[in-house]
Amino acid sequence: MSHSAHEDSGQSPFIAHHYDNARHQFEAGKLGIWLFLVTEILFFSGLFVAYIIYRYHHPEMFEYANRYLSVKAGAINTCVLIISSLTAAWAVRAAQLRQRKTLITCLAITVVCAFAFLGIKAKEYAHKFHMGTYWGEDFDPCETPDLTPIDCAERHEGHEAAAGKAEATAAADTTAKPGAEAAAGTGEAAATAKPGEVKLPDRVAAGVPPHTSYFFSLYFGMTGLHGIHVLIGAGVFIWLLIRAIKGHFSPDYFGPVEYAALYWHLVDIIWIFLFPLLYLI
Amino acid sequence: MEAHPETNHGDDHGHGFAHVASVKSLILTWGTLMCLTGLTVYASTIHFGSNSMNLLVAMAIAIVKGTLVIVFFMHMRHEKPFHVIIIAAGILFAVLFVSIGLIDTGQYQDDVVWGSYDPGAQPTTSTTP
Amino acid sequence: MSTFAPGPSFFRASHGLRSWLFTLDHKRIGLMYLCGIIIAFLLGGLFALGIRVELFFPGETIVGPDTYNRMFTLHGAIMVFLVIIPGLPAALGNFILPMQLGAPDVAFPRINLTSLYLWYIGAALLLVSLFSGNAVDTGWTFYTPYSLNSPASVIPVVAGVFILGFSSIFTGLNFITTVHKFRHPKMTWFKMPLNVWALYATAVIQVLATPVLGITLLLLLAERIMGIGIFDPTLGGDPVLFQHFFWFYSHPAVYIMILPAMGVISELVTTFSHKPIFGYRFIAYSSIGLALLSFLVWGHHMFVSGQSPLATMIFSALTFTVAIPSAIKVFNWVATLYKGAITFQTPMLYTLAFILLFTIGGLTGITLGALSVDVHLHDTYYVVAHFHYVMMGSGLIAFLAGLHYWWPKITGRMYHEKTGQICAILVFIGFNLTFLPQFVLGARGMARRYWDYDPRFETLHQLSTTGAVILGFSLLVGFINLVVSLKRGRKAPANPWGATTLEWEAPSPPPLYNFTAPPELPPIYDYTNLVYDPDEGGYIRRPAQATDTSAAGGEGPGSSPAGEPSRS
Repeated sequence: MSHSAHEDSGQSPFIAHHYDNARHQFEAGKLGIWLFLVTEILFFSGLFVAYIIYRYHHPEMFEYANRYLSVKAGAINTCVLIISSLTAAWAVRAAQLRQRKTLITCLAITVVCAFAFLGIKAKEYAHKFHMGTYWGEDFDPCETPDLTPIDCAERHEGHEAAAGKAEATAAADTTAKPGAEAAAGTGEAAATAKPGEVKLPDRVAAGVPPHTSYFFSLYFGMTGLHGIHVLIGAGVFIWLLIRAIKGHFSPDYFGPVEYAALYWHLVDIIWIFLFPLLYLI
Repeated sequence: MEAHPETNHGDDHGHGFAHVASVKSLILTWGTLMCLTGLTVYASTIHFGSNSMNLLVAMAIAIVKGTLVIVFFMHMRHEKPFHVIIIAAGILFAVLFVSIGLIDTGQYQDDVVWGSYDPGAQPTTSTTP
Repeated sequence: MSTFAPGPSFFRASHGLRSWLFTLDHKRIGLMYLCGIIIAFLLGGLFALGIRVELFFPGETIVGPDTYNRMFTLHGAIMVFLVIIPGLPAALGNFILPMQLGAPDVAFPRINLTSLYLWYIGAALLLVSLFSGNAVDTGWTFYTPYSLNSPASVIPVVAGVFILGFSSIFTGLNFITTVHKFRHPKMTWFKMPLNVWALYATAVIQVLATPVLGITLLLLLAERIMGIGIFDPTLGGDPVLFQHFFWFYSHPAVYIMILPAMGVISELVTTFSHKPIFGYRFIAYSSIGLALLSFLVWGHHMFVSGQSPLATMIFSALTFTVAIPSAIKVFNWVATLYKGAITFQTPMLYTLAFILLFTIGGLTGITLGALSVDVHLHDTYYVVAHFHYVMMGSGLIAFLAGLHYWWPKITGRMYHEKTGQICAILVFIGFNLTFLPQFVLGARGMARRYWDYDPRFETLHQLSTTGAVILGFSLLVGFINLVVSLKRGRKAPANPWGATTLEWEAPSPPPLYNFTAPPELPPIYDYTNLVYDPDEGGYIRRPAQATDTSAAGGEGPGSSPAGEPSRS
């Protein structure tokens, strides 16, 4: 991408051939990234539209469902992203002032924060999967937000496995009883087989509002899409970090840092709205 | 050197392209954002009369936080006005989208049968489909 | 730092496959788009012919109903997403926009190349569904809940269209930045060619609307693959919401299709009338106005879908307003023709066809916008005829007009004019024979997307199919005419038509950075200094003071030194 005409004038070798000068390239890039941010706003708007419409018509379901989420995890993630926004903005300043060490430090912290965010998110997701609060058809919670146990398929699978093992060991010792073996695979047999066990209420009886799966569809959809953007941002910042270490950036060529930071701030803003909408209210 | 209508000239030295954020403004903004985060968590534990009030309070705090990020971290206040127009237009169209969506869905909600087709739920009383 | 320099044409500037696949030259990228788009058009056209042949007789003619569903779906998806939406902006726009601005390239050449790759990847995914043996059958609109439950291969198509959306977004982003940052120093906003205004307005829509298509398709994919339940009524979802999401993009999308077409027509109508365009500012403002108004009318696709009466009435009223900017343009074009010195070369024939066909298409859109009428005409052939008049009769015709107009500039060759003219006339006849009967079919109750029909519709269907064959044949001959010119056409001068926009100041074909020297900006749409030079076979600019030495036979515009005095 370098052009000798630009190098002659002492400018950065990263000014492209069709630009008059460094400022021309920077300003064009600025316009480009703002336009891209608008497309990102409209991209996420679809999910916010779905959220707003459904919440407006079924507020009680949302207010129930969001108690399943860990406010602590969400708050920590919010703080992590705000810190990374600070370091991203600081990185731009460092690039503008040719402060290479500060630039590298800030970019590195931003990357670390991005991965910390993803790590906490992954932990949250794992917990949700364990609890059975999936999206759509697979939504089958094993407890209410107050930790009251509910009858769910996973409990039956657990019993199945245990019953299967018991039957298998019993069958190994004695001759097989066809009826009992066949029944071992079914939850009903497991549920009724063990004396002294309390029958758990089902979802409806436990007070889970209908279509609570919808909340989780939106939760996973919105945080998932956001998470993909965090991951992409992390990748971009790693690339910037490598370039910063190589010394590519200078007061007349810091566009990429600026543009990436703007993208990152938008990702932060989206989370600033997602956090209260999904976790708090 | 050609003069393009949208660019300024005489800047071969490299500085002066864009506003350089001061450390003070960065730290102050960051601090305010952290405090507002704490505030919004705290405010969610208080019951402001109705659930919509809680929603309003939370959204108001979020809008303040978002504005801080846009104005200070993204230095929107030093940006060309056209960039501000672009973002405003984007938000405006998103608002248009949600408004008509709300109006329309609101109108036909009475026809929607909500709650009878929840797959996997075993209703304790039989419901008509 | 000017990169303008004399040199070999952009075809010869570098050699080898890699120099094309990794090019940053907007002209090469535009050409690669053009090739892909023409092939896609052929494929979509074959499906169209398949549909028309099947409908020649009631009942099964050549295919069964399931295959028929797949044919119209693929015809629609290919034509909308691979041909008409990218066609004018990406193929012709990429080539011409920077030149009309006097720029060496677009603002972001690498993003431009990425857009091209995304187009090809999206096209490949569509083909995956086609060749899977279980091609998509949901209709190009992917309405839920059928698109969630259809056993056909829906996912590759939806993924492909998602990717094509990003191609469109990046093109729009590139064009807006280029128009802001790369105009000729003396070219203020109101000295820009109207084609640039049109492409700018198109780019605004691409940037604002296409992301909503992106999220819609992403949600559709997530719902189909993971069952998230936003649009599925059995999971508490709302299928009408899908339609809101889908049409929030797809209505502005049709303006992505028509705005560049109008830009081309604005250019051609003035050039071939040899007269300044009438109402320049009105056309410029109406382009932007149309882009913005287009976002307010999407519900007119949903009058009978379960949308509430309130929203329906609002959208019907707004739909009438969106006709106003289009009408302003038509009046201005016709006023430009009035008392012009009209010549009837191939591009002009297509232009005149456009004006008539767009008027018909636009007016029938108004009738459909009237709620009470649409209740009867929705999902009938009336709608099919309407959108073919605007998308094909206007959009594609303008594409052909532009292709023939800029062909000499792009390739450096003139095609065979007589053949071009005959094809244009046959295309016009074939098109009208195909689609005029469909208005009648629709008004009499023939529903769209139907494989079988009542025998009383048979004659009209047969007329339509006959028209389609004539149309297909003449389009084919028209394309062959263009391709043959690459080898056999006479060399094109810089300005064969006597046009006044900047691209005609460059040689045909242009060198790598478009101009051999920083171009002087001629007064826009001012024909007074253009003189036909028989030696060159094209028009040249006569200097302001007409001396005896500088009569016809002077230098061509492309090689004039920068210091030559010119009128500002």
